[in-house]
Amino acid sequence: MTTTESPAAPSRPDPVLRPHPLRRTLDVIGVQNLSLIIALIALCAVIGSQNTNFFLVSNIKTIGTTVSIVGIIAVVQTVVMLLGGLDISVGSAAGLTSVASAMVFTSASSAALGILVGLLVGIGVGLLNGMVIVYGRVNAVIATLATYAALRGLANLISNGRAQGYTGTDSTFIFLAQGSVLGIPILIWVLIVVALLVHLMLRYTDIGRNIYATGGNPTAARLAGINLNRYVIGCYILAGFVAAIAGILLTARTGSGQPTSGSQGLELQSITAAALGGVALQGGKGGITGTVIAVLMLGVLQNGLTILNVNSFWQDIAQGALLVVAVVIQQRRGKLRAYGLPR
Amino acid sequence: MTNPGSAAAGTSPTTSRLRAEQISKSFGPVHALTEVSLDVRAGEVLALMGENGAGKSTLLRVLSGDHQPDAGHLLLDGTPVTFHSPREAHRAGLRVIQQEPEIIPHVSVAENIYLGALPRRGRLLDKRTLIAQVRRDLERYGFQDVLDPGTLGSELSAAQRQLVEILRALAGEVRVIAFDEPTSSLSDHEVDALFGLIRRLRDDGVAIVYVSHRMPEIFTIADRVAVLRDGRYVGDRLVSQTDNAELVRMMVGRNLADMFVRDPREPGEVMLSVRGLVTDDVRDVSLQVRAGEVVGLGGLVGAGRSELALAIIGAVPIHQGGIEVAGEPLRLRGPADALRAGIGLAPEERKAQALLLRRSVRDNITLAVLSRLARLRVVRRRAERDLARRHVDQLAIRASSIEQEVATLSGGNQQKVVLARWLARRPRVLILDEPTRGVDVGAKAEIYSIINDLAGQGMALLVISSEMPELLGLSDRIVVMQGGRVTGEVTRAEATEERVLALAMAEDLSTTGAQP
Repeated sequence: MTTTESPAAPSRPDPVLRPHPLRRTLDVIGVQNLSLIIALIALCAVIGSQNTNFFLVSNIKTIGTTVSIVGIIAVVQTVVMLLGGLDISVGSAAGLTSVASAMVFTSASSAALGILVGLLVGIGVGLLNGMVIVYGRVNAVIATLATYAALRGLANLISNGRAQGYTGTDSTFIFLAQGSVLGIPILIWVLIVVALLVHLMLRYTDIGRNIYATGGNPTAARLAGINLNRYVIGCYILAGFVAAIAGILLTARTGSGQPTSGSQGLELQSITAAALGGVALQGGKGGITGTVIAVLMLGVLQNGLTILNVNSFWQDIAQGALLVVAVVIQQRRGKLRAYGLPR
Repeated sequence: MTNPGSAAAGTSPTTSRLRAEQISKSFGPVHALTEVSLDVRAGEVLALMGENGAGKSTLLRVLSGDHQPDAGHLLLDGTPVTFHSPREAHRAGLRVIQQEPEIIPHVSVAENIYLGALPRRGRLLDKRTLIAQVRRDLERYGFQDVLDPGTLGSELSAAQRQLVEILRALAGEVRVIAFDEPTSSLSDHEVDALFGLIRRLRDDGVAIVYVSHRMPEIFTIADRVAVLRDGRYVGDRLVSQTDNAELVRMMVGRNLADMFVRDPREPGEVMLSVRGLVTDDVRDVSLQVRAGEVVGLGGLVGAGRSELALAIIGAVPIHQGGIEVAGEPLRLRGPADALRAGIGLAPEERKAQALLLRRSVRDNITLAVLSRLARLRVVRRRAERDLARRHVDQLAIRASSIEQEVATLSGGNQQKVVLARWLARRPRVLILDEPTRGVDVGAKAEIYSIINDLAGQGMALLVISSEMPELLGLSDRIVVMQGGRVTGEVTRAEATEERVLALAMAEDLSTTGAQP
């Protein structure tokens, strides 16, 4: 019933026409992204008019480095959501890898080994999530809610709930936290590289296209020969892997392994960013561009509220409200049926 | 009544309770009902018959207020009525018993029956009164042995669910009640109880519409039979003055349109061979399809044909039996395996099972060939666009561009997009499940011609269709199923609508069949 019958165009003998160039440009950016960009500019203007320090290069770098960790998580959250899933465990996974990498670093005094173990932990977490969802046939929200709690517990257990190790003197970790290439901090480079790679994968490879297909219509995807299980597990592994990168960056920034601080709330922030960026909760629709712009917006908003001296508790409230608003807008746009109406 | 087929006018002593006058209803380009006029009289059981897609369900939906007719109107006891919603029809005393009742699983039978009208004391549910009420109802209609008021909805059998739905419908004033194939899930004992209930309602002066494919039942319970065909009213007969053969003739008596192009072709090697296949819904099915051959799979809705297709493609678990493609036994873990072996399925529910509605025509056409189009996993865009364009041209898909969202295409063009996906993939065996459902006449003819071309190119085609002319027009051979089994096979030369229909109803006639 959501279908509109299009009046076929019998007057056009050639059924395939190239769209207008302007239209194509707009299609590339996307209407939703355009409105996000406008909102971002407006937000910057409002905050900047209240406090001109906002536009200082140092402040902009601050925004960039703060959003980078949320940003890479939001990028993989986007992939999982495109597939029709959700990963609530990303924050806990980042916390666990943060602790694990710092502890291994301390006992082995090798940054490389610490990072490697951290990444392996992330992959393991993703594999676990994927297996529980696929073979245990558990709803993705429940499965990752369970690992969300369990991994947090595990991180606190192995660390006794305290910060672990001290990485602040190791050159590798210092480079990750404070280094810069071409004047741009490493943290921002990581976000750029992760976002770009995932974007290219989604847009140009058959893997990306199959992710969209699976999220859009799993039955159709399966009947077209797509191995759904492999895709589901693969996407959760990707999410775990990137959560591990986030955890390692967290260790580098704070100089020690943090079981909860800094990683708590990443799940909410990443889901909010993806939803705000136009990723449909039922999957199959959205993209990395929107998510990245939304991440920037959230970062600017947070930074703005801070430099305008707004109580930080308000920031949580604002974030929650934003998630609901973003989803409401999406449901309206998607012409979804009201709850309980028969098909 | 101007219809020459009307035999019963004036012979019945009772008056018209519900009268449909010149009802028409279209869905997009499809005419589901065309100027249907029909009388249901108080105190009679009117059987409504017709093939799949004849318009019975649409007519019931108009009566229940689910659909509003495009033209024509309803008269209830001589007064014109319009229903904007099922609720309005309900208030006027019309009830339609659906085949698939909506039962709330974690709530008792009693609460399911009185849903929305639960007896209360203050703000609290008066459970004692409720149970007493339901007991009284059950005894009144003779179902006290079949149903317990305290059972949870989730524990009910299909038959019991049906009864709950019926009891629910009987609340309030009932003037007309329609049953849509009520016995399909009932045992003989339960059918007897249901018939007892129907007779009692009839004697109370309720007008009853009874939709069924089962001939013996019609002769047992109905007073009069009305037949629909292709959305039109064919005529009615008093049950006492007609027989099986006449009714079948009325249901199928239609000229084959000149819609079928058929090039002479010589079937080659056996491409698909199914032996003794058993699944949850399919019982011991064997069949073969040769290269360059179109095998039609006939039967009534629910005969297990779509389930067979899903089993062949590996989408549902197979308990026994085997499948071979070009002589090679197939090891099926999922549709990906079937596809690799060269079997494709264009499923029955286009929107739910085949299309990515929010994606472009291009995305949809190339879905099953993306890995072929990719080099180092990167999809070659030019090759992809060319492939999509070529198929859009070849099938004359009417879209503004290959980037148009599929949801905005008409049903026929959507179906062609699904076909294009399989044409692009070029499987050795292609299963088409209801390839022309919801498609207008013009697009139907185009789809038939595509099927003919594919067979000409040596593809093995298995076509499931509930439309007789389509089945007869397309197929080299027709395999007919009923109740999950193959009940017979007829060659193109032997095939007639009567013969196929008889096979499709075979079990009904033999097992329930007390009367001819």
